[in-house]
Amino acid sequence: MTPQPLIALVGNPNAGKSALFNALTGARQKLGNYPGVTVERKSGRLALSDGRPAELVDLPGTYSLTPTSPDEQVTRDVIIGKQQGERLPDALILVVDATNLENHLRFALEVLALGLPTIIALNMVDLAARDGLEISADALANALGVPVIPTVAVRKKGLEPLLEALTTHVDDKGVPDRPELKGLDFSARRAKARSLTRIAIIREAPSRRMTQAVDKVALHPVFGPIILLGLLFLMFQGVYAWSEAPIAMIEGWAEELANLATALTPDGYLRSFLVDGVINGVGSVVVFLPQILILFFFILMLEATGYMTRAAFLMDGLMAKIGLSGRAFIPLLSSFACAVPGIMATRSISDPKDRLTTILIAPLMTCSARLPVYAVTIGAFIPARSVGWGIGLQGLVLFGLYVTGIIGAMLAALLLRRTVTKGQSAGFLMEMPKYQWPRWQDIALGLWQRAIIFLKRAGGIIFISTIILWVLLSFPKPPAGSDMSPVDYSAAGRIANGLNVIMEPIGFNRDISLALVPAMAAREVAVSALATTYSIDAGDDEEKLEQSLGQRLKNSWSMPTALAFLAWFVFAPQCISTIAVTRRETNGWRWPAFMVGYLFLLAYIAAGITYWTAVALGL
Amino acid sequence: MHLHQLSSGQSATIDRIEWNHLSDSEGQRLREFGVEEGADIEILHRAGLLGQGAIMCRIGRMSIAMRHNHADAIHVRQEHGQAGPNIAGPDMNADTPRILSQP
Repeated sequence: MTPQPLIALVGNPNAGKSALFNALTGARQKLGNYPGVTVERKSGRLALSDGRPAELVDLPGTYSLTPTSPDEQVTRDVIIGKQQGERLPDALILVVDATNLENHLRFALEVLALGLPTIIALNMVDLAARDGLEISADALANALGVPVIPTVAVRKKGLEPLLEALTTHVDDKGVPDRPELKGLDFSARRAKARSLTRIAIIREAPSRRMTQAVDKVALHPVFGPIILLGLLFLMFQGVYAWSEAPIAMIEGWAEELANLATALTPDGYLRSFLVDGVINGVGSVVVFLPQILILFFFILMLEATGYMTRAAFLMDGLMAKIGLSGRAFIPLLSSFACAVPGIMATRSISDPKDRLTTILIAPLMTCSARLPVYAVTIGAFIPARSVGWGIGLQGLVLFGLYVTGIIGAMLAALLLRRTVTKGQSAGFLMEMPKYQWPRWQDIALGLWQRAIIFLKRAGGIIFISTIILWVLLSFPKPPAGSDMSPVDYSAAGRIANGLNVIMEPIGFNRDISLALVPAMAAREVAVSALATTYSIDAGDDEEKLEQSLGQRLKNSWSMPTALAFLAWFVFAPQCISTIAVTRRETNGWRWPAFMVGYLFLLAYIAAGITYWTAVALGL
Repeated sequence: MHLHQLSSGQSATIDRIEWNHLSDSEGQRLREFGVEEGADIEILHRAGLLGQGAIMCRIGRMSIAMRHNHADAIHVRQEHGQAGPNIAGPDMNADTPRILSQP
C-alpha cells in the first residue's frame, strides 16, 4: 500500500499559514514534537478533490532557508528531506502574503528552486484590495511556471481551486530524491522578486492605512503604555474574577465524585486512594483550568490581532535593562497564571540564551497556585486594618509578595546574563504584522488544544505524583499501640522530620516541613497538607477540631515563622509540572536541576533573612 | 546621517550599512526584511518617552522593529522632496551592494 501523500505548508511568518492550515484541516489536527528538538509538529488530514485523503503538515514560518532558530531549521530540513522523523513531502503549498508580495516572493523563489511540486496560495487578497492593491494571479503564475491560487484563508475563500490544483500536482513524478539548496544568490533573488512584483501588481496605493492609524494610538509614547497597562489590568481581573463561578462548579463536581466514591467503596486503602489521592489530588489541579483558559483567551486574542508584537515593542526598553528582549515579555506575562504555559511560550524566542534565561526566571512570576497559600497565611497573621487612603494592610502585603517576585526575577535575570547564560544579547529585530480581526473558530480551536494539553498533563504527571505522595503518606502504618501519629510514622513524616533539621534555622517547624513534601507536586497542596496535619494533631479534641485552619496556624506559628513561610513561597520551585516542562523544553535534566537548586537557595536565604529580621524587630 | 536621526514620518534612502557592526544573524534578518543599500526606509514610531526604546520602521510594505544599535549601523540620505511614504520609487533599483567601509 502506498502511504497517503504528504503535503507541507511553507511560508514567511505572518503569511496566514496557520489560518490556511485550520481552514484546510478543520479540527482534525494532531500536535506532536519533532524528535530531539522542542519544535512542535502540527499535522492534520485533508481530502483531495478526488476524495483521496492526504496528510498536511504546517511547517514553522521562516524568512529564508538559512535558519537562525531551531524552528526554521526544521522547516528547511523537512523540505530538503533531511528531517529525522519526517519523509520528504510529495507537494508544497507555499503561502504568500498578497500585501507584502516582494518580500514573500523572494522566499518563494528560494523554495521553488528546490524543484518540488509546488502550489502558491496568494493569501490575504482581501486585505490587499483593502490597501488598494490589485494583483494578477495569472501573470504571476505565468512568470513563475506554477499554479497561483488567490485565497482568503480566514474567510475560507479559494480553498476549492487550491485543492484541485493540489490534486493534479501531488502525483507529479518529477520529485527529486534529495532536493538541493541551489539557484540564485540572495540579492539576485531579491532583484527577481522585485521584477516579478512589478509584473503581478496591476494597481497599487500607499500601504497599510488601517494598521498605521491603529499604531498611531497603540504605539503613542504616552497612550501606548497606558493602553498596554489597561489591557494587562483587564487580563488579571478576568483571570481572577471571571473564573470564580467555573472553579466553584469544578470543585462541586469533584466533591460529588468524592462522595460517590466514598459511598461505593469500603472504608480502607481503596477509598483513601480514590478520594484522598486521585480525586482530591488531580481535582486540586483541574480547578485551575478556567483560569488557564481565560488567560489563554487573552493571549491568543492578543497574538491573533497582531497586538502582542506591539506589546513586545513597547516593553523592549525595560527588558533590555535586565539583559532580555521584548520577546521575553509575553512568556513572563503568561507565567502569572502558570509557569507551565509561560515556559512553553518561550519557543518564540530565537536566541537560545535569551530563551534559557526567560525559562529560568519564569517561576518567579507569582502564579495562581500561590494564591491559596498566600490567602490562608495572610488571613491568619496580617491584621485586616487600613493603612490609610482606603488601602488595606492585607492587600498591601499580597501586592508586596507579587512585587518581591518581579524584583527577584529582574535581579536573577541580571545575574544569570552575567554568569551562566552569559553572552551577547540577541537584540530585538522583529516584523510587526498588520492588525487583523481573528476568526473566532481559530481562537476556539487554540483554546481547545490548550485545554487538552493541560488535562493530559493533569491525568499524567500530576496523577502519578499524587499516587506516589499518597503512598508515602500512608505507609508504613504505625503498629497497634504506638503513640506516634500515622503521618509521623509514614515515610513522608520521616522525611519531614529529617528535613526539619535543615529548616529549623529559618524558623520553620515540623508541620511546615511536612507540608512542603507533598507541596512539591503543586504549591497549593501545602494548604491541604497543613489542614490534614492539624486535623490529625487535633485528634478527638472537639474544641480544636472546630477551629478553622487560620486559627490553628495562628495558635501554632509565631509571626516571624509565618512571614518566613510567605517569603519561602515567593521563590521556592514547589511544582513538579514546572520542573517537568523545563526538562522537556531544555532537553535534559541539567537546567531544571540548576533551576531547582538556585530557587531553593533563594527561598532559603529569603525565608531566613525574613525570619531573623522579624525576630530582631520583636514581631 | 544615521537612521535614528531621521524624524518620525520622514522617509529616506539607505546609503550604507555597516554590516560588520551587526552579528551574522542580525545582518541576515535585516536583509531578509529588505533592509539593504538603496532601499527606502521610514521611521514610524519610537518606543519610550525619552526615545531610547525600540524603533519601528517601514521598509517596502513591511513594518519592522529594531533597536538603536541596529539603527546606528544604518546610514541614510534624504533626497529632495522625499518627505512622505512612497513605495517602489525609482531609486530602489540600486541593488548592487557597495563596498563596506570601516567606521
